[in-house]
Amino acid sequence: MHLTDFWFLVIAILWIGYFFLEGFDFGVGILVGVVARDDRERRVLINTIGPVWDGNEVWLLTAGGATFAAFPVWYATLFSGFYLALLVILVCLIVRGVAFEFRGKRSGRRWQRNWEHALFVTSLLVAFLWGVAFANIVRGVKIDADEVYVGGFWDLINGYALLGGFTTLFLFTFHGAAFAALKTLGPIRARVRRAALLTGGVTAVLASAFLIWTQVDQGLGATPPGGLGGGWSLAALIIAVVALVSALAFARLQRDGWSFALSGVTVVAAVAMLFLSLYPDVLPSSLDPSWSLTVSNASSANYTLTVMTIVACVMTPVVLAYQAWTYWVFRRRIGVSAIPQ
Amino acid sequence: MDLALAHETLARWQFGFTTVYHYLFVPLTISLAALTAGLQTAWVRTEKEKYFRATKFWGKLFLINIAMGVATGLVQEFQFGMNWSAYSKFVGDVFGAPLAMEALLAFFFESTFIGLWIFGWDRLPRKVHLGCIWMVSIGTFLSSYFILAANSFMQHPNGYRIAANGRAQLTSISKVLFQDTTLAAVFHTLAACFIVGGAFMVGISAYLVLRARRQPLEERDGTKIATIRTSLRLGLWTALAGGIGALLSGDTIGRVMVQQQPMKMAAAEGLWHTAAPAPFSLFAIGSLHQGRNVFEFNIPGLLSFLSYHDFHSPVRGIVDVARQESTQFGGEWQHYVPDIFESFWAYRGMITFGMISVAIAVAGLWLTRQKRWIDPRFRRPETELPLLMLTRERELSPFLTTWAWRIALLTLGFPLIGNALGWLFTEMGRQPWVVYGLMTTADAVSPNVSVTEQIISLGVFAVLYGALAVVEVRLLIKYVRKGIGDEPPPSHEPLPRGPLSPESDDEPLTFAY
Repeated sequence: MHLTDFWFLVIAILWIGYFFLEGFDFGVGILVGVVARDDRERRVLINTIGPVWDGNEVWLLTAGGATFAAFPVWYATLFSGFYLALLVILVCLIVRGVAFEFRGKRSGRRWQRNWEHALFVTSLLVAFLWGVAFANIVRGVKIDADEVYVGGFWDLINGYALLGGFTTLFLFTFHGAAFAALKTLGPIRARVRRAALLTGGVTAVLASAFLIWTQVDQGLGATPPGGLGGGWSLAALIIAVVALVSALAFARLQRDGWSFALSGVTVVAAVAMLFLSLYPDVLPSSLDPSWSLTVSNASSANYTLTVMTIVACVMTPVVLAYQAWTYWVFRRRIGVSAIPQ
Repeated sequence: MDLALAHETLARWQFGFTTVYHYLFVPLTISLAALTAGLQTAWVRTEKEKYFRATKFWGKLFLINIAMGVATGLVQEFQFGMNWSAYSKFVGDVFGAPLAMEALLAFFFESTFIGLWIFGWDRLPRKVHLGCIWMVSIGTFLSSYFILAANSFMQHPNGYRIAANGRAQLTSISKVLFQDTTLAAVFHTLAACFIVGGAFMVGISAYLVLRARRQPLEERDGTKIATIRTSLRLGLWTALAGGIGALLSGDTIGRVMVQQQPMKMAAAEGLWHTAAPAPFSLFAIGSLHQGRNVFEFNIPGLLSFLSYHDFHSPVRGIVDVARQESTQFGGEWQHYVPDIFESFWAYRGMITFGMISVAIAVAGLWLTRQKRWIDPRFRRPETELPLLMLTRERELSPFLTTWAWRIALLTLGFPLIGNALGWLFTEMGRQPWVVYGLMTTADAVSPNVSVTEQIISLGVFAVLYGALAVVEVRLLIKYVRKGIGDEPPPSHEPLPRGPLSPESDDEPLTFAY
């Protein structure tokens, strides 16, 4: 395996990890706006992700940094091309980040409600926009011979991308509901379970449509030269759909642990499928396939990749260990009576 | 206005604005993390309640700041790609590496352990919980290290070669991470961060003293007063230590700069022509058209001394350096001159604002000498506030005392201004280069981002950051007004919980959002 391929894999794993982890905390953020009935229930939901959301978000920063180091051209073209979309995502993540910390810092009802609304709206928007962004990446955008994005903001809005957006929105909400069902007690738990069944059902329809569209478009005839062919992405598609349906079944059976694990598998398989159908491109050009950014023409030189590989191999197990430990420390379920006044 | 110029100007404004804003929180985060960790260590070791209360109080202010620091830090990572895509493509191979290392080695530390620290008070054994805040602190140090290594590459490119495709390529990671530019910058920046944190602590403690002075003696809470006293002294010592560190490292950084970026030093001094001995300028008004100062007030020989540690060595002037660069890279020499006005005054502002707080820290340390509290003859009850003494027998008059506390409070923000100006100087003094000698700022902007998009994003950030600043300042004021908390320290250690130990899920949490 070439180092550039290895780093494509690393970045795929970072995004998968990001969507697995931040996916459920986006979902919980959305549920705060729709499922919780009163102040204490909202606090229960917020506190299920309170200790971990910040660590989850670092997966995004690491994915960004790793892309910058390993595929500078990808990083430069993607973020300058998706300028306004990325601006909205950043604004949402900023507001969301301070919302967690600031909400409880004053007791006024209006103050707290405002931050809860902010948390709901930003979680919802980001969950939607990541889907739009990734759909566009997979579908290809207007990139010219100089590796520059020449489309506009409205080129990013199209049927496939919108379907992608709604897919991630519902998938993350379902994933969040499964997580919240696992982490809460009492009436709120029953309510998030119902939310899980509902959003899971919608997700099953949307995700199947989106993933099959992706497979037809990218996986079968249209595999880029050097790509893996449609078999791998088809396998990931099947895993995603089967996992999603089983997650729903387990949610119905009130087996929260299994349901959450399988909603996680759905996220992992769905994102993996996107990367599998992307490879060996990193950002296909819709103008001319020969202008596409690929793992080889967008990457850094061997020395940088070697240095980064050493750092990643040493640090990743450490990071995984202490992040896992965090989840272990805060493994208990919480209910309304656990919330101090 | 010329479109290309507007393009570059807007990108620079956005970078400058978001970075300076982000950097208001960074020094506070770095220093308060370490100070909180120190206070908590003191509590774990001595079990004195005042240390526990101080940990809680400063920890809360720290959390408000770190939330903003983390949130605005997101923008920092992505805006290289957004506004500076040509730059990102050109140096990504070199510049991206320390950035990715920062995420992997530092950010994960900070953000994971901050969660454990906030929520872990009743979940983790005392020493493990203490370890968490130290991990956060180490994370902030590492984070600044990698960022400064990346920035130092822009100031003094090292450990790279230009590849056949015209892009910079890393050849030695150790030259990027450990070159003298990086080391000097790290030392200087961290020292400056501690001036900020120290002055912040001093200012807020001074406010608490001022307020507590209005309470009658018998209503004062001994532990609270002791907490304020400890914080005050800790803040004073921190600011002084930071000040000494900043002076020493400032000297080093100056000498490195004269070697590597002669233009920046010349601009900082308004030194138009090479001089031996070179004077240190206290005040100057210059003109680029005439290539000289219209008015100046100098200390002879001092700049030579600061640059080379002797009074006679020549220091290169603006015109000479610019002419040399224009022969080397082409074009008019004026093109290679950064904004002298900004560089000159930012440099002076950095030193002045930084050092005022240090001077006040020295005065404060002398006026609140510890001996007065320890010596049995002068020992006063727990509830008594620190007096401001001139000598063993004489204290300041009440009027002077009140004003001394007020001045201490006012200096709270000065080092923040000094820090911001220091960064402006570092980045402005490098212009027109984005990577010194390799790429100009004009060539670095994204070719495809429109001026409209840039105006939108600059406007959005201005509104958002403005609103958040109001929220943040009001929250800080609220928590400072609330003062030291009443919460008693936990009476026993949380029991270690194994997978098989029984536990009640619904037990109230000590901390929840």
